Amino acid sequence: MLKTFSLGGVHPEENKFSAGKKIEVLPVPEQVSVPIAQHIGAPSEPVVKKGDEVMVGQLIAKSTGFVSANIHSPVSGKVFKIDDVLDASGYKRKAIIIKVEGDEWDESINRSDDLITDITLSPEEIIKRVGEAGIVGLGGATFPAHVKLSVPPGKKCDILILNAVECEPYLTADHQLMMEKGEEIMVGTQILMKALNVDKAVIGIENNKPDAIAHMSQLATKYSGITIEPLKVQYPQGGEKQLIDACTKRQVPSGKLPIEVGAVVQNVGTTYAVYEAVQKNKPLFERVVTVTGKSVSKPSNFMARVGTPVSQLVDAAGGLPEDTGKVIGGGPMMGKALSNIEVPITKGSSGILIMPEKIATRKPVENCIRCGKCVSVCPMGLSPYLLMTVSDKSVWDRAEEEKIMDCIECGSCSFTCPANRPLLDYIRLGKGKVGQIMRSRTK
Amino acid sequence: MNVVLITIISLGALGSLSAIILFFVAQKFKVFEDPRIDQVEEVLPAANCGGCGFPGCRAFAEALVKADDISDLNCPVGGADTMSAAAGILGKEVTAAAPMVAVLRCNGTCDNRPKTSNYDGASSCTIASTLYGGETGCSFGCFGLGECVDACDFDAMYMDEKTGLPVIIEDNCVSCGACVTACPKDIIELRKKGPKSRRIYVSCVNKDKGAPAKKACSAACIGCGKCVKTCPFDAITLENNLAYIDYEKCKLCRKCVDVCPTNAITELNFPPKKPKVEKAETAE
Repeated sequence: MLKTFSLGGVHPEENKFSAGKKIEVLPVPEQVSVPIAQHIGAPSEPVVKKGDEVMVGQLIAKSTGFVSANIHSPVSGKVFKIDDVLDASGYKRKAIIIKVEGDEWDESINRSDDLITDITLSPEEIIKRVGEAGIVGLGGATFPAHVKLSVPPGKKCDILILNAVECEPYLTADHQLMMEKGEEIMVGTQILMKALNVDKAVIGIENNKPDAIAHMSQLATKYSGITIEPLKVQYPQGGEKQLIDACTKRQVPSGKLPIEVGAVVQNVGTTYAVYEAVQKNKPLFERVVTVTGKSVSKPSNFMARVGTPVSQLVDAAGGLPEDTGKVIGGGPMMGKALSNIEVPITKGSSGILIMPEKIATRKPVENCIRCGKCVSVCPMGLSPYLLMTVSDKSVWDRAEEEKIMDCIECGSCSFTCPANRPLLDYIRLGKGKVGQIMRSRTK
Repeated sequence: MNVVLITIISLGALGSLSAIILFFVAQKFKVFEDPRIDQVEEVLPAANCGGCGFPGCRAFAEALVKADDISDLNCPVGGADTMSAAAGILGKEVTAAAPMVAVLRCNGTCDNRPKTSNYDGASSCTIASTLYGGETGCSFGCFGLGECVDACDFDAMYMDEKTGLPVIIEDNCVSCGACVTACPKDIIELRKKGPKSRRIYVSCVNKDKGAPAKKACSAACIGCGKCVKTCPFDAITLENNLAYIDYEKCKLCRKCVDVCPTNAITELNFPPKKPKVEKAETAE
């Protein structure tokens, strides 16, 4: 019997159309716009100004705190301007816009494809290098990686868990990365294990990727301490707490971080970025992005530079289909609809999903029929129907009591609701308000 | 018979004893309440809207009785009449506050501001605003989902189907500010009602630069500054590409309305001024 997490979960149609498609390197665009806030935490501070010449991999925005991340130029060329540009949500955010000239890489970056297995850096140096390279969680949450690797004093980490679950339907970026860069991911895992001073690492892969499980298992025999854990297909297994539960049966207490149970979770994409940063001195400025959808003529996995407009990826995948209803940044469950496709790819863009109009639009909202399906699928053991009501009625103290802040926004409740109620929308609203109240209390 | 008598006597005794105890307890724990609070509350509108800044009319009445100087306190719903009545009961001075009214600072009608996307999420402005910038190119303007209308307790607002914007019914608006708090985009403002309800305001909150603002909405303030230069009373300030008219300084001369290239400045309840326009043209 395959392992999975203990509470709730759903199993949406997988639709992995782009599975097995080789990662294509996308041509460098003519112009990139690199947002200065691509991660959770404080936005970075630009260190270049209009007219500056930059090289690929050069630092262009500096991290402004512990929970923040450096940003490096994804292209070479001239800084055209630093201005507010539309982001995926339709609000204007500050971005560095670079006109591309050639493709000059910073000399310190090792561009060869050779596998370097010797880890020469000390744990402190690794964490520093990861921080300098601006690596953030590439699964989509974009939490700065060096923060997770810095185990707080008094806490002990004894297991590293690699998230190769890719539980979002449609997306195949991590899957393909494992197939093509498996060795590098193994070395990356060893680097992370050294940084965390643990001798045990588990790579959790869902059972719908048998080729990846076989490939990685075969590679793992060469490296000590790494085991592959095939998992039952269940959404949202890629959630940190769910994955820890699935792999180790440890439960992270409410409001606490995974380190509380001695675990650190990193995404496989992040692990690959760590390998490149530590062994090749290459900062994070490109990533694998899946472009897919039911009517997309050429579902693909691209290696794209940060700042590339989404429209260029869509064109490379065969253009926008005629029946397009929504273009979603991320997967269908947690992704967000883009208000315009000229917005740039960021460090957190795991996929671009093009939904036909027929399945993209929401159905009319009906009354709650008290079936309790949302309660049974909630992986955090919450009562979504109740949280929606208290958020709607602004009963914030009750919302806090009902542990609204535990919600991981996986959307299983909205997905499963037979009355099409926008449960997550209201819970998100409540989370925002309750978070505000809780922060003002601690001040 | 005997039983009935005993019952009556014992119960009577018990009752009188309790009454005596209650009498002394009431004396001992008597709470003095200023009778004026009740009197003042009587003249307040009993709308409990919170427009005065207090939780309900009773709390406002208590505040009125307690305060030595009540000139800072105002019941926007009752207006000058209510306040002078309350002041009369208390024997305090009150200066009549200028009546205020809510105005919508957005002119992004369906015609002025074309749609660029469709929103089909939860029908709430607050939720929509946390998700994205809106269905049009303007990320500052009205979402048109009517959270302000829901917040209004005085039937002073409705959604105009044609324009997609809320409309404020001036006669019903009591300037309680419920809509101002409800709007997540800070579009609604309380402004002085003005003589004969005449007022002038910049009907836009777009802080984008001129070109993108104009592209998103033909009635947007593009921050050109013409109005600032024209205003003889220094009532207009320009900040972040957006003009703002200070209603305390504005003398309602309407010069800014004429120079605004996008008609972002709205004038309300003025008589038509055809002859003046002709004059200005011939003078040029």
